[in-house]
Amino acid sequence: MMEMPAANPIIFDKGKCIGCNRCMEICQVDIFLPNPEKGKPPIVAYPGECWYCGCCVMECPVEGAIELRHPLMNRVHWVEKKLLLEQANK
Amino acid sequence: MYDYKWPYPLEYDKEEIINADVLVLGGGIAGCMAAIAAARAGQKVVLVEKGATKRSGAGGSGCDHWESAATNPCSKVTPEELTQAMLHDNEGFNNGISHYIECREGYDRLLDIEKMGGKIRDTEDEFVGAEFRDDETKLMFAYDYENRFTLRIWGTTFKPAMYKELKRLGVNIVNRVMVTSLLTEGGAQGARCVGATGIHTRTGKFYIFNAKASIICMSRPSRVWLFSAELPGLCEFRPPQCVGDGHAMGWRAGAEFTMMEKSVRAEFSAAGRSYPPYGAGNNHNTWYAASIIDSRGKEIPYADRDGNILTDVKDRFRPARGQKFFMKGGSIDYPKYEIEGPETLPFSKMIEQGYKLPFYADLTALPEEERRVIWGMMVGQEGKTNVPIYKNYTKEGFDPSKHVLQCYGTGWTSASFLPQERQLFGLPGGFFNDWTLSTNIQGLYVAGDALYASNCYGHAATTGYYAGRHAAKYAIVNDLIQWDTQQVEKEKARVYAPLKNEPHNSIGWKELNMAIAKTMQNYCGEVKYDDLLKIGLARLKEYEEKIIPQTFAYNPHELVRLLEVSNILTVSQIIMEASLARKISVDALCFKRGDAIEDDSSKDKLIVIRQQENEVIKREVPVDFFGDLKENYEKYNQDYIRGDRS
Ligand SMILES: Cc1cc2nc3c(=O)[nH]c(=O)nc-3n(C[C@H](O)[C@H](O)[C@H](O)COP(=O)(O)OP(=O)(O)OC[C@H]3O[C@@H](n4cnc5c(N)ncnc54)[C@H](O)[C@@H]3O)c2cc1C
Ligand code: SF4
Ligand code: SF4
Repeated sequence: MMEMPAANPIIFDKGKCIGCNRCMEICQVDIFLPNPEKGKPPIVAYPGECWYCGCCVMECPVEGAIELRHPLMNRVHWVEKKLLLEQANK
Repeated sequence: MYDYKWPYPLEYDKEEIINADVLVLGGGIAGCMAAIAAARAGQKVVLVEKGATKRSGAGGSGCDHWESAATNPCSKVTPEELTQAMLHDNEGFNNGISHYIECREGYDRLLDIEKMGGKIRDTEDEFVGAEFRDDETKLMFAYDYENRFTLRIWGTTFKPAMYKELKRLGVNIVNRVMVTSLLTEGGAQGARCVGATGIHTRTGKFYIFNAKASIICMSRPSRVWLFSAELPGLCEFRPPQCVGDGHAMGWRAGAEFTMMEKSVRAEFSAAGRSYPPYGAGNNHNTWYAASIIDSRGKEIPYADRDGNILTDVKDRFRPARGQKFFMKGGSIDYPKYEIEGPETLPFSKMIEQGYKLPFYADLTALPEEERRVIWGMMVGQEGKTNVPIYKNYTKEGFDPSKHVLQCYGTGWTSASFLPQERQLFGLPGGFFNDWTLSTNIQGLYVAGDALYASNCYGHAATTGYYAGRHAAKYAIVNDLIQWDTQQVEKEKARVYAPLKNEPHNSIGWKELNMAIAKTMQNYCGEVKYDDLLKIGLARLKEYEEKIIPQTFAYNPHELVRLLEVSNILTVSQIIMEASLARKISVDALCFKRGDAIEDDSSKDKLIVIRQQENEVIKREVPVDFFGDLKENYEKYNQDYIRGDRS
């Protein structure tokens, strides 16, 4: 059993990750633990402590194996400027 | 609580002793540069870092602009002019010594970092011909394009380059160890520093570092007023493991602090009250000088300091008529007239004039190279932007030539905090220093954001290198002194005590941090009163005496988090003591008293405090105690000026 975290900052693609633990070793906050099963992605043991710096993703040797995702409340909005202007002229 | 087994060996009962000439505490920007300088001076250097040195610290993931490099070949201002402007901007409540070092040696360090492998020029010629680029040197500038003292840099490359240099120089890098205390000669408070203790963040092993000279590079406090138990990693601007450990251990050892009464209404975090830094619509810092539009696409005009509307985008990068230069960046929040740069008209005025919310940052209509340098270079190289902002937004379809990015709240911070939700931000207090960046404790030096009135990457790199040089000089002429066994045993007992408690009825680190933050908001909020401060201080004392002995940690990771919160408790006490010592309101310190006394003789004095046998000792020092900047700098750095060291 595990309490539901307030956010899931790190998403691994299990098919791509080679379990090298480089993401784990670079994280200054140390939110990961090594997976007891060799070759599998690290465990996100302390998701709430993530600083969202992206260093784990920058360090990963496999494109797409690890993704960093801002909490939903922090996802920012953008819009096409053309649409704003069209609405204003309506 | 997760339910898997702790994967690392538990070594709470093991001890490792490491000797050094120069011991560097903290492996961020200042720490790395300090270790590099000391190693180049021929010293045996040990660097202790809580995280992973290659990317640790506030600037580990990147940095987009390097301020105050006044000696770069294109600069039109002198180090003296710039430092004086910074002093004046804060009515003297600024660190003249450290900022002069920043202005004087910043460009030297940039060249140094370039040699290590960091990118400081547009070597790929991506911006040829742009107004912010010097086509001869390929250096790129931000903000004031006429005076050219702040550089745009590719900061994602810097920390790995420093790390490589540390290894090349043979520095002993000890990662994943939290420094917990300073060791002093004979174990006496205020006596010479002879090293430090630490514990491993994964195994819990105890470390004793014995050194001739030590340098504090553990940045500044956080989570004093702000805390989120769900997202502790986002409740402040700085990395969550940077909470002011250095300040707490320095205080216990008897080091002097100043300006600790200064705090500002929180501006920046990434938890509930704000949006991701550099990732929401704004026109400051990384995003200067984006256009801001309202929700009908109408542009908010930029004006110069005299209120003249700037119609040409180019004018956003020029000083006003009759102005020598203007300043922007991390340390300038509400600039004085002399250095005030172009800015969009105030929010309230725009609302009065019928502009419609929300506002948006608009790069679509900027000249192409301005758009490309903001989105792609600044956003991309700035800390915490490369992956979560630049790559992720791009993947999700953000196109800066088409889309406009929403602003939240009313200002550039995209945040709306309450007055009592405070932060040590801008140029907060810290360790008091002399011209060698030594503290009052012999053999103990300090650099980077741990210094009082400090901020910024270039400042951290230059003061780090400078402190490394001076600590090396000290180490060369002083012997290694054995640590005091009693002091070490006492520290061991302190750090391991929480492991003995029972989880089911104990208090964890989050509960304690939350209690401290609430206490600080209540008793040491926006307006200070002696009566409240005294009760607040008594509450903190209660936590120290009654609650700390009831705390618990499941494993080394959580023990480290708990020891951090103990340090936050100590830092909160320093802040309360400093607030009690300051009896009048001082605007430059953002310090408001509800019960100010009449006597304002302390209005242009630094109040310097330290602890001695549980008493707080105070003294007043004129804000300009450091004397003539150039003269003193040259007095203490003849060897550097001559280029003696390698
Ligand atoms: C997102 C972001 C973007 C920024 N962008 C810019 C910019 O563009 N330009 C600019 O000038 N400034 C910028 N800054 C500010 C700049 O990064 C900092 O001023 C600078 O990093 C301070 O350096 P420092 O060495 O004092 O602290 P840090 O670089 O933060 O290093 C402190 C180190 O101490 C370690 N530490 C702490 N406690 C302990 C302990 N008990 N034991 C062992 N180690 C410990 C930490 O793990 C950390 O590695 C930015 C900051 C952030 C957060
Ligand atoms: S984003 Fe940063 S803090 Fe979060 S897991 Fe990755 S490296 Fe660690
Ligand atoms: S660095 Fe990448 S490949 Fe290696 S463990 Fe992490 S996610 Fe998997």
